[in-house]
Amino acid sequence: MASKKYDLVIKDGQVIDPALGFGKEAHVFVKDGRIVKIQKDSAAIARDLKSLDDDQLIDAAGKIVIPGLIDIHVHLREPGGEAKETIETGCRAAAAGGFTSVCCMPNTTPRIDNQETVKFVQDRAAGADARVYVVGAITKNIEGKELSEIGDLVKIGAVAITDDGNYVQNPEIMRRSLEYASMFDIPVMQHAEDQFLCAGGVMNESFQSSRLGIKGAPAVAEEIAVARDIALCQVTGGRLHIQHVTTRGAVEAIRKAKLAGINVTAEVTPHHLVLTDEEIGKEFNTNLRVNPPLRSAADRDAVIEGLIDGTIDCIASDHAPHAEQDKDCEFDMAPPGMIGLETTVGLIKTYLIDKGYLSWADAVRKMTANPARILGLPGGSLAVDSPADITIIDPEKKWTVRADRFQSRSKNSAFIGYKLSGCVFKTIMGGRIVFG
Amino acid sequence: MSRLSSRHLLGLEGVPKEDISRILETAVSFREVIDRTIKKVPTLRGVTVLNLFYEPSTRTRISFELAEKRLSADTVNFSASTSSVKKGESLRDTVQNIEAMKIDMVVVRHRSTGVPYFLTQCMDANIINAGDGAHEHPTQALLDMFTIWRKYGRLDKLRVVLVGDIKHSRVIRSNIWGLQTMGASVALCGPSTLLPVEVEKFGCDVYTNVDEALDGADVVNVMRVQLERQQSGLLPSQREYTNLFGITKDRLKRLNKNYTIMHPGPMNRGVEIASEVADSDHSVILDQVTNGQAVRMAVLYLLSGRQEEEGM
Ligand SMILES: [Zn+2]
Repeated sequence: MASKKYDLVIKDGQVIDPALGFGKEAHVFVKDGRIVKIQKDSAAIARDLKSLDDDQLIDAAGKIVIPGLIDIHVHLREPGGEAKETIETGCRAAAAGGFTSVCCMPNTTPRIDNQETVKFVQDRAAGADARVYVVGAITKNIEGKELSEIGDLVKIGAVAITDDGNYVQNPEIMRRSLEYASMFDIPVMQHAEDQFLCAGGVMNESFQSSRLGIKGAPAVAEEIAVARDIALCQVTGGRLHIQHVTTRGAVEAIRKAKLAGINVTAEVTPHHLVLTDEEIGKEFNTNLRVNPPLRSAADRDAVIEGLIDGTIDCIASDHAPHAEQDKDCEFDMAPPGMIGLETTVGLIKTYLIDKGYLSWADAVRKMTANPARILGLPGGSLAVDSPADITIIDPEKKWTVRADRFQSRSKNSAFIGYKLSGCVFKTIMGGRIVFG
Repeated sequence: MSRLSSRHLLGLEGVPKEDISRILETAVSFREVIDRTIKKVPTLRGVTVLNLFYEPSTRTRISFELAEKRLSADTVNFSASTSSVKKGESLRDTVQNIEAMKIDMVVVRHRSTGVPYFLTQCMDANIINAGDGAHEHPTQALLDMFTIWRKYGRLDKLRVVLVGDIKHSRVIRSNIWGLQTMGASVALCGPSTLLPVEVEKFGCDVYTNVDEALDGADVVNVMRVQLERQQSGLLPSQREYTNLFGITKDRLKRLNKNYTIMHPGPMNRGVEIASEVADSDHSVILDQVTNGQAVRMAVLYLLSGRQEEEGM
């Protein structure tokens, strides 16, 4: 043969692509890093398959073949926090978790509030095992005082802006950022927690915090922030994205805003879908310290409901690596955050799909088409001519989360020891097998 | 082997009634030891106890130290200052150093909830919580209960009112769990800003009016109010706290006849408690101090698993 017809064929898998409305057994054909076709068996196909070498064929019988997953909320820590994670290790973790695209948060050192730092991240990400999209800072140095040069950031490739980790407390600044960002049609992503109401808060304010005598961050801190920003979004006509929604009141506010036609979207993390504040008093595991905090069961259930009815558009991990020595301390002294890239698929399968809350198609949509739409990313579908970003999942495989198996440089997961069902079999990015 | 259902005393939440009764009963004989001329028994000879105090607390530390010495234990003190910023040696490094020193029992006080539990996970010693954050302070509650029990001969069906900063008080939390387990009826009273959220889930009666709270009660346990609370917007002024919640002679009329006044100390006289109340015949505040040693001796002895020896 002069030139190969295909570089890679994934055969016999159950192909699910919510963007295409596709959900049946088929083969996926890849050539030059792009999807060439998705087709079921036929005489011609059988001949094609026969002509391929073994290493060009992936047998996906019994597996689920989906568009490469997209996580729009990860902390890659580089530059500045390389002991916790680097762009290289974070992307390896992404690949191991089935994610072919990640959006990195700007709270690095230095902050990603200027072109040079965006460029640095982009350069470091070239050749990594996942596509990295940069989210720039809303304000200079994430201080909430002056807008960063958002036009500059967008020009060099930033896909959104956020001061994640900090809430833009000043409503005037938030208003102007929504107005300003609307010129570039990018969303403003908000970590919605009023800083005054949750000052010093270490866990959710509830009977659990009362029982343990630990300072609480109340749900109303999130609800007030979400309500304020929805109001600002409405007057500015900007695009608002609420990061890691955790409370019933926030879900209700977003639901109402969407019904009113306000341009708001939202995400939720796997840990807020699975865990509650009742876990904390058991062993004071510092990996359970996250911002916003793990909430009550009633809040958790409301967030699941919001995910089911579409109020919450997508699942994002808020992958937040911390060094072991930083988390090996008193509960209230631990920095907030846990890693999530490598446990998302297993957790969603075990706690949402197996429990009947989401179908595979729903879950996949919330990790592919929806995040791609919110940020205008190229992936999220297996449509012909799209980049060949493909994740293959072994849906019933049982596995136990182990710290020594993480590709991430940090091991701060609260799910170590959890027995999960469903794991990533292979991850393909641009036609290249990056995991499995 | 510990003579209680656990090797450690981390708190009173979930501690069975039998354990609490055993501690109180054992404390009776140690209380007798304290009243002797030679206030010492050989019970814990050869046992090394470390008092690990990350928060300054002269009273609790001295009470433990005396209890240890009266049991003939070898005692060492480790006082570390904790700034809110994490500096210097990590908690785990400190604990591993202690473990390497072959300590048998550790009495720990720390500003963070959960530190006593943390210690149980990284060392073999018996751990006794001498106060972790605003979480628990079990020996204080045990000595409070011991004091009440000695006076009334029972704990069940007594009405105990805990007055003060419910939100930030580890003494109150431990008292709630212990008293409830022993069948007492517990009422909480404090300003609404110093009640923890979902306070009703503790299963106590809750009051913001002190006169109503005292109505028909047997015991009033008055907690120290921290004067800096006004800075965080929780209280308008000390004066207003005293007006609304201060335990004055006038307010005692609503109590049952044979009432008891308690305070874990140190007192702010004229703030949460009037001097004439603190010094009255109904006050057992100084008994609490003496009983504290006996209860701590009982806890140390029971957790150590040592056999009773002659001379006790
Ligand atoms: Zn955040």
